[in-house]
Amino acid sequence: MSATLEEILAQALNQLRDAQDLNQLDLVRVHYLGKKGLFTLQMKQLGALDPDQRRAAGQVINQAKDQFQQQLEAKKDLLQGAALEARLASEGIDVTLPGRGQTIAGLHPVTTTLRRISKIFAGVGFQVVEGPEIEDDYHNFEALNIPAHHPARAMHDTFYFDAHTVLRTHTSPVQIRVMESEKPPLKVIAPGRVYRCDSDITHTPMFHQVEGFLVDTDVSFADLKGVVYEFLRAFFEKDIQVRFRPSYFPFTEPSAEVDIECVMCGGEGCRVCSHTGWLEVMGCGMIHPEVFKSVNIDSEIYSGFAFGMGVERLAMLRYGINDLRLFFENDLKFLEQFS
Amino acid sequence: MQISEAWLREYVNPAITTEQLVEQLTMAGLEVDSVTPAAAVFSGVVVGEVLAMEQHPDADRLRVCKVAVGEAEPLQIVCGASNVRVGLKIPAALISAVLPGDFKIKKSKLRGVESFGMLCSEKELGLAADANGLMELAADAPVGVDIRDYLSLNDNIIEVDLTPNRADCLSVEGIAREVAVLNKLDWSVTQIETASINHADTLPVSVKATDACPRYLGRLIKGVNPKAETPLWMQERLRRSGVRSLSAVVDVTNYVLIELGQPLHAFDAAKLSGGINVRYAQADESVALLNGQTIKLDNETLVIADDKQALALAGVMGGSESAVTDDTQDVFLECAFFTPLSIAGKARNYGLHTDSSHRFERGVDPTLQERAIERATQLIVDIAGGSIGAITEVTTASTLPQRSAVLLRKLRLEKTLGIALENEQIIDIFQRLGMSVQTQTDGWSVTPPGCRFDIAIEADLIEEIARIVGYNNLPSSSLLMRSELSKATETLLDLDRAKDLLVDRGYQEAITYSFVDEEIQQAVAPDDDVVRLKNPISADLAVMRTTLWCGLLKAALHNTNRQQNRVRFFETGLRFTNKDGNTQQQKMLSGLALGSAYSEQWGSATRKVDFFDVKADVQALFSLTGTDVQFVPAKHPALHPGQTAEILSQQGDKIGWLGMLHPTLEKQLGFDTQIFLFELDQDLLLNKQIPKFKSLSKYPSVRRDIALIVKEEVSVSEIINCIKGSAEPTLQDIVVFDVYRGKGVEDGSKSVALSLIIQDFSQTLTDSQIDAIFSGLLETLTTNISAKLRD
Repeated sequence: MSATLEEILAQALNQLRDAQDLNQLDLVRVHYLGKKGLFTLQMKQLGALDPDQRRAAGQVINQAKDQFQQQLEAKKDLLQGAALEARLASEGIDVTLPGRGQTIAGLHPVTTTLRRISKIFAGVGFQVVEGPEIEDDYHNFEALNIPAHHPARAMHDTFYFDAHTVLRTHTSPVQIRVMESEKPPLKVIAPGRVYRCDSDITHTPMFHQVEGFLVDTDVSFADLKGVVYEFLRAFFEKDIQVRFRPSYFPFTEPSAEVDIECVMCGGEGCRVCSHTGWLEVMGCGMIHPEVFKSVNIDSEIYSGFAFGMGVERLAMLRYGINDLRLFFENDLKFLEQFS
Repeated sequence: MQISEAWLREYVNPAITTEQLVEQLTMAGLEVDSVTPAAAVFSGVVVGEVLAMEQHPDADRLRVCKVAVGEAEPLQIVCGASNVRVGLKIPAALISAVLPGDFKIKKSKLRGVESFGMLCSEKELGLAADANGLMELAADAPVGVDIRDYLSLNDNIIEVDLTPNRADCLSVEGIAREVAVLNKLDWSVTQIETASINHADTLPVSVKATDACPRYLGRLIKGVNPKAETPLWMQERLRRSGVRSLSAVVDVTNYVLIELGQPLHAFDAAKLSGGINVRYAQADESVALLNGQTIKLDNETLVIADDKQALALAGVMGGSESAVTDDTQDVFLECAFFTPLSIAGKARNYGLHTDSSHRFERGVDPTLQERAIERATQLIVDIAGGSIGAITEVTTASTLPQRSAVLLRKLRLEKTLGIALENEQIIDIFQRLGMSVQTQTDGWSVTPPGCRFDIAIEADLIEEIARIVGYNNLPSSSLLMRSELSKATETLLDLDRAKDLLVDRGYQEAITYSFVDEEIQQAVAPDDDVVRLKNPISADLAVMRTTLWCGLLKAALHNTNRQQNRVRFFETGLRFTNKDGNTQQQKMLSGLALGSAYSEQWGSATRKVDFFDVKADVQALFSLTGTDVQFVPAKHPALHPGQTAEILSQQGDKIGWLGMLHPTLEKQLGFDTQIFLFELDQDLLLNKQIPKFKSLSKYPSVRRDIALIVKEEVSVSEIINCIKGSAEPTLQDIVVFDVYRGKGVEDGSKSVALSLIIQDFSQTLTDSQIDAIFSGLLETLTTNISAKLRD
């Protein structure tokens, strides 16, 4: 005679208890609940009983089976938990080891500075325009009200290719090129490389400028002051002192030089600001009627302002760089500081 | 322009400190560069007079002097200077005086003789870098007066950096006028009297170049004392203006130049033949200048000549042959107005720059000449005597600059500055600036003085008002602008995106000079026609780059020479070439990579960067725009012949190059590692297609791998192009997953393993359909490139 249900259940529960891992547990499950499992066989034997006995006997078997199954699930949870623990324990790594793959490099600080300047102006609808670097005398000088022999030409230290072709000495020719081809209202900034035949500790023969200009009806000097103030405060992210000094550029009238309080010493006076407390950062002014005339814009209807600034100078002040020449040596030790 | 503050304050003396004065000038557009004390710090030095002098008993070179210093008793002072003599007035440092350099004077014994002070040279007082004996003071110097007071040494030298439009401020009078306006004070003009004529001799003056010289004044002063000494006060004022004292007559001309702003020239009348001619130089004429230089003139150069030859470069520099010397007794004084255009650029053309040319090319007041020649005459005669002749004047009124009235509309002024000012204030500013003002219905008609070459249009007058009111007192407004919606061009990739991609792939952005060493340029791109600078800053920056590689290679070398063994750079910018006589400026994006493929890291073996690493970077750039490009094997003089690809668009446009630096160049340039380079045309690279939607297939895709045996010279891209060329409609993608050479593949051939993804839009493909597609493809491959299926 085969074992009684009680014996099977007791044995099954023992085997569950003894199962060491999920594989063993599954063998136990099959042994009792599989197609030929012991509980399954018990159920099959019910068919041989009287129908009225069958029901009661079936209930007893199902109770035993349920008990087994509950224990089986509990044991399974336990073993799964243990297996996971074991896996996690075995898969531990030293998370302090560095990551692998391609490292990220950086943009040149001049580019970063140009991007910030462009972003500040683009926000109020200035469009970015570029121009040629080999420029003709007309766009670089004549149209900007700097005729041949004008003393201002001496301030420019121009690189020449021939009598009429130069490396642009400023980004202002872009102003002419835009006004030649487009009608006001105009809001433009023109960043780019410019060249002066000058090289010493504070001059490199190539550097970057951003020219900006706005032409519309009723543009006033007050608007220029407002834009410059706001720009400088946005650029330095600080409520710095700004002052305007009369100056001279042939292509603007009135013209101004803009100083900010020295960002190195806060205006106390230091070596960087030559102990004046002020730093010159840009030139600007109202566009000269002669310039408008050369591009056929009626200065009785339109007025405008223009400004120009040195990008390296702004980058030096922003990041505390003390040697202009570093910008073009391309030493990785320098460049990587701005990544 | 450098001036003495004390001299300036003789004209106008506002009750403000030096600091405030300097700030005022700077904020009015006359930027002050520096303020330096006129003399070093010293004290206890007075005017002394040598009353008696004896030989020192024990020293040949020393004298024992009795020196009056304004005290009850003269002092005994031992002195070694050679020019010490009885009656001489000198600076005497008393006991407890402190000389420059914190040098204290104490009672001392010199070779046994007591000395109660020191007689000083200019050098010892810090007034000159060098000295030859004691400083000799004027005979009338008041004994006992502090030398700092006597020489007005408690003074500052103010250096003003004038913009080229402000020629009117190139004189003490000019700056005084500005200071007076800024402080609303009156100022005293130099008082000049008309000299009385002592003799009847004149030199004939003929002006041929009347356009260039509208006014010429000349005067003969005879019998000046060539040995006359320039008085100390004048020497001191010249020194503080940065001018060296030379001789009395020359000093006077320089003094008047600084005082009034009028350049003058003195000729030795005895060396002139005949009269004075103001004319353009003749071809091949030359002139020996005061600075020892002899220059060859061109016929656009204005000269002052006598009847025989050119004597001086008009308005620039006098000639050595006609210059006044220690023997000159008869002086011909020239005081002219040369037009700015006739002088502009001339000095620079001859490599010269003088105080005179600086003023003439910016504009000298054309009404000033008579005052200036009278002032110079007065000073010469006061210092060196002489008898005065009449002024010979040649004026061509028609070529003299005329100051026309400029209309200023009140409305325009207010609109430009954004501020309303009182009429009285405006009129007052103009009048103080020396302008005459007539009130009109809607504004003012303003006529500038002769010295203001910079006031010609309304905007100039507006600037004057703004300047005097003060830029910082003008309003500032928050800009209200017409705004339009911004553009978002989708057919053009933003260059910034391409740059960011390279940065993220490990390339550092570099910025290199656009002009390069011709040697590198020639080595890297020998076939390009370069654009050459006429005046390069140095020989190694003489030609414009035709490729950005020149600068990148130099930058890489800078770093490999500094222990960097992994360098990845990119740069954006123009390349410049000559094409059919025209200069082309083409926007490029270039890159360089050398060293390991990845920076050194644990857990994976280090390997050098190779062609395909860099190609992946370049392909990543093109995937930004979705542009299909071809990498075609090609030859480039800078690149390894077996590792060079020219990059072409599908239409065949040349977008750029990718390859390994030629080993010969690598060595020549000083590298010892392989370098990979790429250069792309920005315009072609950044061209972008707007994506166009294609519907998706609902049916499953099938991947089949095939290995093809092809001849070595058949490139993978030929295989792919051949497959694509079959125009099989179900073909979706081709992936190359292996290239094999060796066992099982005969020499001269290679096995290329590809996987093809196919998918139909209307049905699930059956095995037999797939087989049919593949045998069709294989047939094409066999026919076109003799490919065989690998067994």
